[in-house]
Amino acid sequence: MSDNHGHHESHHGHDSHDHHHDEHHHQESFVTKYIFSMDHKTISRQFLITAVIMAFLAMLMSFIFRLQLAWPGEEFAIINFLLGDKMGKDGMINPETYMALVTIHGTVMVFMVLTGGLSGTFSNLLIPYQIGARDMASGFLNMLSYWFFFLSSVIMMWGFFIESGPASGGWTVYPPLSALPQAMDGSKMGMTLWLVSMSLFIISALLAGLNYIVTVIQLRTKGMTMTRLPLTVWAFFVTAILGVLSFPVLFSCALLLIFDRSFGTSFYLSDIYIGGQALEQTGGSPILYEHLFWFLGHPEVYIIILPALGLTSEIISVNSRKPIFGYRAMIGSILAIGFLSFIVWGHHMFMTGMNPFLGSVFVFTTLLIAIPSAVKAFNYITTLWKGNIRYTPAMLFAIGLVSTFISGGLTGIILADSALDINIHDTQFVTAHFHIVMGVSAILGMCAGVYHWFPKLFLRHMNKTLGYIHFWGTFIAAYGVFFPMHFLGLAGVPRRYYSNSAFPMFDNLIDINIFITSFAALAAAVQLIFLFNFFYSMFRGPKSEQNPWNSNTLEWTTPMANTHGNWPGALPVVHRWPYDYSKPGKDQDFVPQTVPLAEGEVDGGGH
Amino acid sequence: MIKFLVYVAIILGALAIGYLVRVFELASSLKGTKPEVITEKDNKLQARLMLFFLFAFFAYVIWNLVEFAPRMLPVSASEHGVEIDWLFNFNMAILFFVFTITHIILFYFAFKYYGRKGIQVTYLAHDNKLEMIWTIIPAIVLAIIIIFGLKSWNKITSDADPNSMIVEVYAQQYNWTARYAGADNKLGDANYRLITATNDLGMDEKSAEGKDDIIVKNEIHIPVGKEVEFKFRSRDVIHSAYFPHFRAQMNCVPGMTTMFHFTPTITTAEMRKDPYVIQQVKEINAIRQAAAKKEGRTEKPYEFNYILLCNKICGKSHYDMQMRVVVDTEADYKKWLATKPAFFAAPPADATKKEVAEIK
Ligand code: HEM
Ligand SMILES: [Cu+2]
Ligand SMILES: [Cu+2]
Repeated sequence: MSDNHGHHESHHGHDSHDHHHDEHHHQESFVTKYIFSMDHKTISRQFLITAVIMAFLAMLMSFIFRLQLAWPGEEFAIINFLLGDKMGKDGMINPETYMALVTIHGTVMVFMVLTGGLSGTFSNLLIPYQIGARDMASGFLNMLSYWFFFLSSVIMMWGFFIESGPASGGWTVYPPLSALPQAMDGSKMGMTLWLVSMSLFIISALLAGLNYIVTVIQLRTKGMTMTRLPLTVWAFFVTAILGVLSFPVLFSCALLLIFDRSFGTSFYLSDIYIGGQALEQTGGSPILYEHLFWFLGHPEVYIIILPALGLTSEIISVNSRKPIFGYRAMIGSILAIGFLSFIVWGHHMFMTGMNPFLGSVFVFTTLLIAIPSAVKAFNYITTLWKGNIRYTPAMLFAIGLVSTFISGGLTGIILADSALDINIHDTQFVTAHFHIVMGVSAILGMCAGVYHWFPKLFLRHMNKTLGYIHFWGTFIAAYGVFFPMHFLGLAGVPRRYYSNSAFPMFDNLIDINIFITSFAALAAAVQLIFLFNFFYSMFRGPKSEQNPWNSNTLEWTTPMANTHGNWPGALPVVHRWPYDYSKPGKDQDFVPQTVPLAEGEVDGGGH
Repeated sequence: MIKFLVYVAIILGALAIGYLVRVFELASSLKGTKPEVITEKDNKLQARLMLFFLFAFFAYVIWNLVEFAPRMLPVSASEHGVEIDWLFNFNMAILFFVFTITHIILFYFAFKYYGRKGIQVTYLAHDNKLEMIWTIIPAIVLAIIIIFGLKSWNKITSDADPNSMIVEVYAQQYNWTARYAGADNKLGDANYRLITATNDLGMDEKSAEGKDDIIVKNEIHIPVGKEVEFKFRSRDVIHSAYFPHFRAQMNCVPGMTTMFHFTPTITTAEMRKDPYVIQQVKEINAIRQAAAKKEGRTEKPYEFNYILLCNKICGKSHYDMQMRVVVDTEADYKKWLATKPAFFAAPPADATKKEVAEIK
């Protein structure tokens, strides 16, 4: 990648808040520039590359256990190749390895890829750029947040290299299973590593989140009022608030689990007889863990999807050459979703013996959250209406997201109906729901972001033909994998089963599983294309001009170089909202935010 | 060695694609076009693909329904389950309608408004009326869904009939045990500290209510048409007692007792005669026999049974934690239960205890 640092030019542009840069940046060495960098753009790239690698590993894990589900007991050279002779002996996996793979796959995807990776990449890249700031409020904390994230990712994978194997109680690691080493091998050292990794991850998320919040509040450039912020920044901002409010709860949740595991406390344990022995602990409750976990866990799923929706808002508007429909309604929806996401967590616990009345309350709040979600979907569709759609690969991914967000959201309404959840809780129906609404949607959103902002990340373009193939392959494979999964759930097949062959009643479902695994193979294959395109274009892709998509937002007013401090001269001044596309009476179909309002011109969508 | 070859192959493959892309890019820059610029031709192709996807997607959805729906669970064998199934279909009908409409509009717009020269874009930033409509309509639909849903939920989770029969289902890694309350229909006390090799459930000998309790492994029988109140306990980790055929489920949580009650309506024998079930069993047996033949073993034909399975990840054999459930006629049930002695029965109590211990 070419790094034409405009160091000298950047001098006069520095504002007082980052004068400390001036002191060292002449001695910038390779280490401070690429490794322990405090520059938001470099940190963004670090998050992205780490996330791409983690996503790839997590995808390989899923492919291995999909092979087991489609052809239980069969030997596959590739399993042996990937897992080695210990875990992949004879090209097969045993139940414990299966559960370990499912657990680490889920944890890595949810936290490392779609939380750390997604927010880490795009909040870091776009918050300073789009609000017109020279960098994050604290470059140092920002750097720390990446390195905690990196350490946490390494420790999470470490589990595969220890004798007893990684954590294997599912990504939710409910105690007592996860608390008692006697209960399964995965609850030994592997679980300790999981907890250490997650604690570091939480620190990273909190450092990052606080930084994002402060930056958005404090460092907006002149004229950038809250109602002129691009929806991306709104999404990142609310996401950061959700994270700062909910991650500490996960931290306590994990801490109490650490105590129960190591110091003989009984927060989550009571009346247990295991391994031929009655345990001393009484008076705790595993249900307490579930409450604490899901108090984070539900906001967490929105921490994942909101940034993806934010990216989508921007990409759909830019490429439809139309203002995003209902800008204020979109902000309202983000805020409503953010608020409601804190009072719905109980819908993961309908079957825990929860008081049925309390269950009803959670049914009510959960279904409320579907309203702002629906508003967002309708607004996206209306933005396309009578547009002039330019099909960049990013635009395809964004439209794909709208589709999966709708299909997955609809099955959420079924699950939120506690009476219906009785029969489908913890079945493959749930797996289908959350993969479509969260997994696939957020991955599509993230890809959209990568294609769209690649010119800002690496100053070059990705190959569009490979991008098209990547999109269609991924989109088709996603529905190929997850659509039939609903039916497995409705046939009564539980989640997290190593094999269904212990139940003859499931034998007629085996070809559904083969069907699913075949599409999983397709999905994996097209990701290889992406991987190639990503690294190839980073170094050899065609160089991008300054504003390749004719966008209005501020990041495209900076030169196509990794300028330290972002703008070589003074900071840009903002005069209008970011969505003036195809505004009547203008000679171009876009009006950058830095263009002053004409006389009598109304801002914010009026004209 | 093989590993090494695979790596070499991967690297060579990547290089090959790299050169292809390079050649492609050079060729297009020779022609004077920029490969990264999106042309009208691109837009048109992708727009057509969007429309094509719409049709293919709905064909696929319908194919899924036709092909996979007949493998779903048979008709519910419990009273409340029929209501759940009705509610599910009712909600699904609404949601499927929404799914269809939104997807048609989404992909149709994506097709229709592809970018080309001379197109007239409508600058539309918001429209209060439209936005009101699509806030209020979902709100109304959701209100209907909530009202129907909570009505059923309240009914299903209301207190059990005081005369219902009480059965305990006890979970441990990786099996189930059932305890019948005996003539007094009351379960005796139990305590995890009393668990021994012969007293699997930790039953308290001193508890008067427990004197007539009966412990059964491997299968659980319940009489048709009678409400059963299940009480769930777990010895070690969280399990979930899932009775798919009865649309019933409840977590089993160590340290507490959870409950769920339902009324079975179809005996096992009757269910085996259901045409839908017969068809499924036939298909399953065809698959099983074919597999057995391929492996050169013989396989007893599968017979339909209700099942209780574990639905909360609980350890390495989570996938094989099951118990047969048999719904009998009242008379058959009584006959069956009469063959089972009470756990604390006077001699030959030893024999019973031994039997239980052995199965473990
Ligand atoms: C219309 C909105 C939605 C509703 C009504 C809804 C409802 C539900 C319910 C009730 C469950 C629990 C099911 C069960 O365990 O039995 C669930 C699970 C889940 N949902 Fe959603 N959901 C919605 C949207 C979302 C979104 C937007 C995401 C993520 C971006 C998401 C991610 C998840 C995940 C990850 C789980 C599974 C957690 C686990 O048990 O591992 N959902 N959803
Ligand atoms: Cu949730
Ligand atoms: Cu279990």
